[in-house]
Amino acid sequence: MANNRIAILAALSVLSVIAFLTIGLRGNIGFVLELRAIKLVALLQVGVSIAVSTVIFQTVTGNRIVTPSIMGLDALYLFGQMALVFALGGLGYSALNPQIKFAGEVLVLMALACALLLPMLRSRLDMGLMLLAGVVFGVLFRSLHSLLARLIDPNEFAVVQGASFANFNAVRTDLLAFASVLTVAALILAWRARHVLDVVSLGSDTATGLGITWSRTVAGLLVLVSALVAVSTALVGPVAFFGLLVVALAERIVNTRRHAVLLPAAALTGIVILVGGQTLFQHWLGSSSTLGVVIEFFGGIAFLLLLLMRSRT
Amino acid sequence: MIRIENVSLSHQATPILHNISLTIPKGGVTALVGPNGAGKSSLLSLVARLQPLQTGAISIDGLPVDTTSNRTLAKIAAILRQDSVVASRLRVRELVGFGRFPHNRGRLNETDRAIIEQSLDQFDLADLAGRFVDTLSGGQRQRALVAMAFCQGTDYLLLDEPLNNLDMYYARDLMRSLRQVADENGKTVVIVLHDINMAGAYADRIVAMKGGRVIADGAPTEMLTTPVLQDVFGFAMQVATINGKPIVLHHL
Ligand SMILES: Nc1ncnc2c1ncn2[C@@H]1O[C@H](COP(=O)(O)OP(=O)(O)O)[C@@H](O)[C@H]1O
Ligand SMILES: [Mg+2]
Repeated sequence: MANNRIAILAALSVLSVIAFLTIGLRGNIGFVLELRAIKLVALLQVGVSIAVSTVIFQTVTGNRIVTPSIMGLDALYLFGQMALVFALGGLGYSALNPQIKFAGEVLVLMALACALLLPMLRSRLDMGLMLLAGVVFGVLFRSLHSLLARLIDPNEFAVVQGASFANFNAVRTDLLAFASVLTVAALILAWRARHVLDVVSLGSDTATGLGITWSRTVAGLLVLVSALVAVSTALVGPVAFFGLLVVALAERIVNTRRHAVLLPAAALTGIVILVGGQTLFQHWLGSSSTLGVVIEFFGGIAFLLLLLMRSRT
Repeated sequence: MIRIENVSLSHQATPILHNISLTIPKGGVTALVGPNGAGKSSLLSLVARLQPLQTGAISIDGLPVDTTSNRTLAKIAAILRQDSVVASRLRVRELVGFGRFPHNRGRLNETDRAIIEQSLDQFDLADLAGRFVDTLSGGQRQRALVAMAFCQGTDYLLLDEPLNNLDMYYARDLMRSLRQVADENGKTVVIVLHDINMAGAYADRIVAMKGGRVIADGAPTEMLTTPVLQDVFGFAMQVATINGKPIVLHHL
């Protein structure tokens, strides 16, 4: 059954991709197609990265209501980005190749995420504490981010300010090549970790009993999540509830938490919503820039529903 | 053989285990008994490397638990925790199948499948195999967790109060299964029990703990006596003899 549903999701994804590329083709077709293809690659990466990072993060935390962005990882990325500009701006950092800067930002996020989250993940926190910690992290790093922004002179501030808001319409295509390599590598690793993820979802004691070295495994998974969060945040900016929406939907569609099924299902659901939604909004539902708002709206509702369902049981 | 040497444990400044030394030879059923808070679960979780060793040494079959790779140990000893919760939405067959993870890293082969079906049968779970674990009763879930530990196919089974939630039928059934694997397959079972009569009937040896220390240790006939039990549990209970076996009337 789950396999049929994945096939349907795959078919919908392909349809979305074809529609995105071909609907309303006019003028210099070769040129327009190339533009669209570049944007498509970015959207695919963002959809898949957010979906997969959310699945892994929820499994590691044992909590289906938190996502990397709810735990403030995207704020942490933006903070790390700002901190690099702040620390190295005087050394000509801003003039460096954007892909090299991106690589630096990814490494900074990986280090910060491990340093902050590993102590929390040694044992499982209950949902309330986890959410609270996430809110605190989010506020803290957003504030630190704007503090640094104020300290930096206006020219350098402009370098990072552009990337602080999600916009599926304005994608950072200059980062695409490096981001693609990173995404593909992370996805391969995530797929290879699918059985380990199943065991991790049983919790630290059971997983340890089954031969998993908990802290090392969790650190590795956090590095993976950091890479994927960095990709999506760098390409389109922070997205609060998209991951939650995608994974909640995917889990209901395939009705299992086994990662061999859930990982592809979530990735495909992310593609359908992002690429399909972008096509719909671009051609029929007014401006494509509203897609982000609509996704966050439904994602926010999904968050509230999950919270209500959880607090009732 | 499980060798525990001079093991102490404390949480913050509170001492929990005091210099425990205990050797459990290979094969047979050893019951760990004692009042709540005696440190039975703490000791078992140290043996099963679920928490780091602070002082002393523990080894299983000569392998020190703090330096041997987790993967190797998972093929030697299986642990069932007292308060296992199944966080994930899983079917019973999937849960039991996780017991094979140390051997196959998640890729089930025919042997694994056969072992899983055998464990499901042994614990009367065949009818429940397709059910989600979170829809089971406490006792059914407990049986699924025990089946998972069995499935791991290890020489050592460390079970912390596995009779929790089990009715009389399944409690007896589990004890008989444990006796059987100990006798026929040479497995070593260390089991925390509250029912002293279960310990008397099925264990080869009873180790009594209290206040973080081992205070008595011996065969059931030596342990199930009024003075020893009063020392351990703090009240006098009658011990009757039925068919030559001691039966503790602890409820009177
Ligand atoms: N994580 C912990 N932090 C502080 N004290 C603990 C912790 N775990 C257990 N203890 C204490 O250690 C003692 C032994 O607990 P435990 O090993 O669970 O006993 P038993 O299993 O014999 O009932 C108890 O007094 C308990 O309160
Ligand atoms: Mg206990």
